[in-house]
Amino acid sequence: MPYSPLIVNPMKQELTTIGFEELTTAEAVDSFIEQKPGSAILVINSVCGCAAGQARPGVRLALEADSKPDKLVTVFAGQDVEATKQARSYFPDVPPSSPSIALFKDGEMVYFVPRHRIESRSAEDVAADLTAAFERYFVATPA
Amino acid sequence: MGTFHQDKSELHGITVVVDTNSDAVYVGRCDDMDDHQVILLDADVHRSEESDQSKEDWVRRAAEFGVWKKFDRLVIPRSDVVSVRRLGDL
Repeated sequence: MPYSPLIVNPMKQELTTIGFEELTTAEAVDSFIEQKPGSAILVINSVCGCAAGQARPGVRLALEADSKPDKLVTVFAGQDVEATKQARSYFPDVPPSSPSIALFKDGEMVYFVPRHRIESRSAEDVAADLTAAFERYFVATPA
Repeated sequence: MGTFHQDKSELHGITVVVDTNSDAVYVGRCDDMDDHQVILLDADVHRSEESDQSKEDWVRRAAEFGVWKKFDRLVIPRSDVVSVRRLGDL
């Protein structure tokens, strides 16, 4: 059974207020993936305070960096069940966990931060992991 | 902001590796642990005697992306446990 919107809405807003688009249906996820050119971050949001409490601030900090993804999207595990299942279908070799974070380049997943690399870390540590990945995957290299 | 459970052990909610004095090693989300048992949720187990893969190699792979849940809940007797480590530290 999905969580009450009263519980999850503030957690969703931590991301939507910094520019994330909520994907709440499978169709919305497919549409996002089909927009292939460019870079994107997909946050699988979660109510779990043990990990998600630092995931969202970590993402916010990471997006203050010079290099960052073009598109920011999120699904909410346990709430937007269909959208979360569809998002995970695009990286079928990765065991499901939430919160977790996937980076996409031209429609292909290039980097994944599973829950166990968020748990008990600081927001600064999560941000450092992400900004290093932004530099590695999203900064164009001179021809 | 998130949900917290103050009455649980320090590792509550954390994905851990539980190594044992047998060929079994477990990865799962720690629900609670005390002097008698370790309780894991959404857990997987590897038994090296039933596999070509060593405990170390299996744990190394788990540390990359996590594990596929094979058990909703596992209770491991504390007398079997050699170590409990955070998967994220490996």
